[in-house]
Amino acid sequence: MRDPIVLTVNGTRHETAAAPETPLLYVLRNELQLNGPKFGCGLGQCGACTVHLGTEAVRSCTLPVSAVKDRPVRTVEGLGTADSPHPLQRAFLEEQAGQCGYCLSGMVMTAAALLAATPDPTEEQIRTALAGNLCRCGSHLRILRAVRRAAPPRRNGHKERRP
Amino acid sequence: MSADISRRRFVGTAGALVVAFASAGDVSYWRVMAATDVGGAPRRAAASRPGDPSAPAGEPPLDALDSWLAIGADGGVTLYSGKVELGTGVQTALAQIVAEELDFPVASITVVQGTTGRTPNQGSTTGSKTVQTAGPAVRRAAATARQILVALAATRLGAPVERLEVRHGVVAIADGGEASVSFGALFAGHRFDRAVDPHAPLKRPAEYTVVGQPSPRLDLPDKIFGTHLYVHNVRIPGMLHGRVVRPPAPGATLQSVDETSVQNLPGAVRVVRRGDFLGVVAEREEQAIDAARALRAVWGSGTLGSEAGDAAYEALYDRMRADTAPPESLANVGDVAAALRGAAVQHTAEYRTPYQSHGSIGPSCAVADVRSDGVTVWSGTQGAYALRDAIADLLGVPAAVVSVIWTEASGCYGHNGADDAAADAAVLSQAIGRPVRVQWSRQEELGWDPKGPAMLMQVRAGLDGRGDIVAWDYMVTTPTHASRPGGKASNLLAGQLMGRGLVLGTVGGDRNAPHSYAVPNNRVAVRWTHESVLRPSAMRGLGAPANVFAIESFMDELAARARTDPVQFRLRHLRDPRAAAVLERAADLARWDRRPSPAPRRRGSATAALTGRGIAFLQYENAFAYVATVATVEVDPESGAIRVRRMAVAHDCGLVVNPDGLRNQIEGATIQSISRTLEERVTWGPSGVTSVDWSSYPILTFPAVPDAIDIALLDRRDAPAWGAGEPAACPVAAAIANAVFDATGARLRELPFTPTRVKQAMAAAPVSSVSEGPGRP
Ligand code: FES
Ligand code: FES
Repeated sequence: MRDPIVLTVNGTRHETAAAPETPLLYVLRNELQLNGPKFGCGLGQCGACTVHLGTEAVRSCTLPVSAVKDRPVRTVEGLGTADSPHPLQRAFLEEQAGQCGYCLSGMVMTAAALLAATPDPTEEQIRTALAGNLCRCGSHLRILRAVRRAAPPRRNGHKERRP
Repeated sequence: MSADISRRRFVGTAGALVVAFASAGDVSYWRVMAATDVGGAPRRAAASRPGDPSAPAGEPPLDALDSWLAIGADGGVTLYSGKVELGTGVQTALAQIVAEELDFPVASITVVQGTTGRTPNQGSTTGSKTVQTAGPAVRRAAATARQILVALAATRLGAPVERLEVRHGVVAIADGGEASVSFGALFAGHRFDRAVDPHAPLKRPAEYTVVGQPSPRLDLPDKIFGTHLYVHNVRIPGMLHGRVVRPPAPGATLQSVDETSVQNLPGAVRVVRRGDFLGVVAEREEQAIDAARALRAVWGSGTLGSEAGDAAYEALYDRMRADTAPPESLANVGDVAAALRGAAVQHTAEYRTPYQSHGSIGPSCAVADVRSDGVTVWSGTQGAYALRDAIADLLGVPAAVVSVIWTEASGCYGHNGADDAAADAAVLSQAIGRPVRVQWSRQEELGWDPKGPAMLMQVRAGLDGRGDIVAWDYMVTTPTHASRPGGKASNLLAGQLMGRGLVLGTVGGDRNAPHSYAVPNNRVAVRWTHESVLRPSAMRGLGAPANVFAIESFMDELAARARTDPVQFRLRHLRDPRAAAVLERAADLARWDRRPSPAPRRRGSATAALTGRGIAFLQYENAFAYVATVATVEVDPESGAIRVRRMAVAHDCGLVVNPDGLRNQIEGATIQSISRTLEERVTWGPSGVTSVDWSSYPILTFPAVPDAIDIALLDRRDAPAWGAGEPAACPVAAAIANAVFDATGARLRELPFTPTRVKQAMAAAPVSSVSEGPGRP
């Protein structure tokens, strides 16, 4: 038997019995029951499975669990909750951004990584950052509005300051 | 709590459904409640009343109030809806309707949806018809309940009904100080045991305070926090993971399987074969995926012919043109042939649309648990009862022992693979005697979902000397747009692989083939072709987007021939004031400059982007919502790429229930249709569908989404509420084609408008059409 792989997900340490080449997504969903990240394509083409590895937004469907190493994993569940929402999640709610919602965790996680690295993104930077996140319901304009709303107040003078 | 439920626990965590059992021997759980009950909504009798002739066994009777509404122990209201949430926001709209008639807060209404035995059988959730057809039923039920509750309150408070008022679910005596009682205190946990009163007094639209106001969607918070229960998250004790091994192409038969090819793989892999149905089951999901890849099987050849790509489409359209099926007349007025002969101008065109995929972002998924004494299926199906019957037929069990529990899936835009995945899971579970979850791969989803089929529209018309249309002759050649299971295994993919033949009818390709214009000599016909390379079925709007693309592009061509402004030209031929109103409103919204197309081209760099505007209009199904859409586009003359900058949509679907929900739908339908217009085409070759991932079947991405979609809602408070999921999808292709013509003088008549096609059309465009006009210096 090989040694179990150890992961830190949303601040909690886990051991997984998965084979090392298993995509991280299957471990998150099926072992840890973290259903925020979604399977969309398994090919790195749609962004539905996006999680954070450290500060970086990555595609968990193509990332072997053994490649995570000691970098902390964060899923949308670790970003914010209904009681304590991340500013982006609040903005998505305020803009009613979403329809079926299947793409949304990926959108939120990609946008959160963008805002962490580029707090004051241009419209083009937002669109480019989200270019690899597909939405079939056509919620794009609302998602863009939500990301702009969550950006700091100097672009959106009337918005409250981020915590 | 009933004994039935006390034996098990429902645990809802992080959007997962976990059904836990007190005893392993408990096999009665196929009567479990929908997962939406996890929040503590009331338990209620599932079956119809014994001896009730009005509902088939196992279906809550439509005339019984308890089939629709319950007041729970916590005082919350539960609505039981046969119609389901497909991402369009209908559960919020239905809850608003209940809230309005009941005077109860929207946010405290739970909507249990699409579960056999628990929700009324309202048919499938299709055709943008939920608010339109289910809305009135739900409204009557809520009004009946209010009447009963207020009468009870009158007794409790010792005041006549006329002196009572209801606010937020609390009945109070008007000016009566403290005296009040809540619905919960009056009725928590009780059954109504009354029929829905078709004459229960309804509020007048002028009194509405909830309907017509934007209401936040009930489902969005969980979707944004990642905790929403999707069918993909359903996990059952003892559940295994299954995958189907698909034939290379439709029609290929399974010659042999080498089971030894997977026998050494981890996960206790089992192979299931039923005719040409081939699947694997393993303990872990990734093991099932690996096993499906590794399993060696020999297949015969399929039925897709020898051509591929463009050549395959050319051959298909040739066969459709030559189809000898007798046309079915949809309109025939006057003498079209004579009027065409006598016309000052005759004009002819042919339009083509390709196969397109629903392209749901989450692939189809289902869980099935087939036991000797009952079958439970969790599915995102649009029709739980129809799927129940089809699964029963497929498995050879009575429908009475099958339960389908609707659980939301990734958005579908019609008949995608949801039902097929349920059948896959059921066959695998039946074969191995354990619960099985099946999730399709991306390649399966794009390769095997039922497709919106290719269509061919041929039209000619004549203009008189004043530029009015005197003759119109239109024929659409199309396969059916409906192959839902409809209670039979034959229309499930698994059923076909197990030897049942796909049954196709003649549905939906003629939708919106008739136009709305006043034309004295008018002929419209549909030719139902059997040329269907890929399984055809319902995709947002069925035949309407293609027919409207043809009609509204052709109207633009006629307007150009008549040298008339395209808005003016349409208005001249419309007699319906609501039609005229949306056209004028869309034109205003887009600051339409009234002039004929194409736009006068200004001198400048030959490489500068060309801009243009185009309009298109329809009345959905010639009977319901009116929509007019203006597209503003830029065309790069070098690359031929189209960039849609802005869309303006004027929308009249009668009474608006949730304005923000409606805007969301209009934005979504518009963006998805821009994608279908510019990018989407299913391709195939002899060895199967070749557009099977997001690089071979690209859809619109953020950088290409328009800058803005301006929307004007023409709210008609006293008119019936019409559906709104599909109408706004229909005018988009023609609006873009007309805008490209305005910008370049080039006419696009085949979807999708790829840069190559734009370049070809520009090369073929008559020079005169792009160089005249007052804008020229
Ligand atoms: S599921 Fe990972 S990118 Fe699509
Ligand atoms: S909201 Fe449905 S895919 Fe984005």
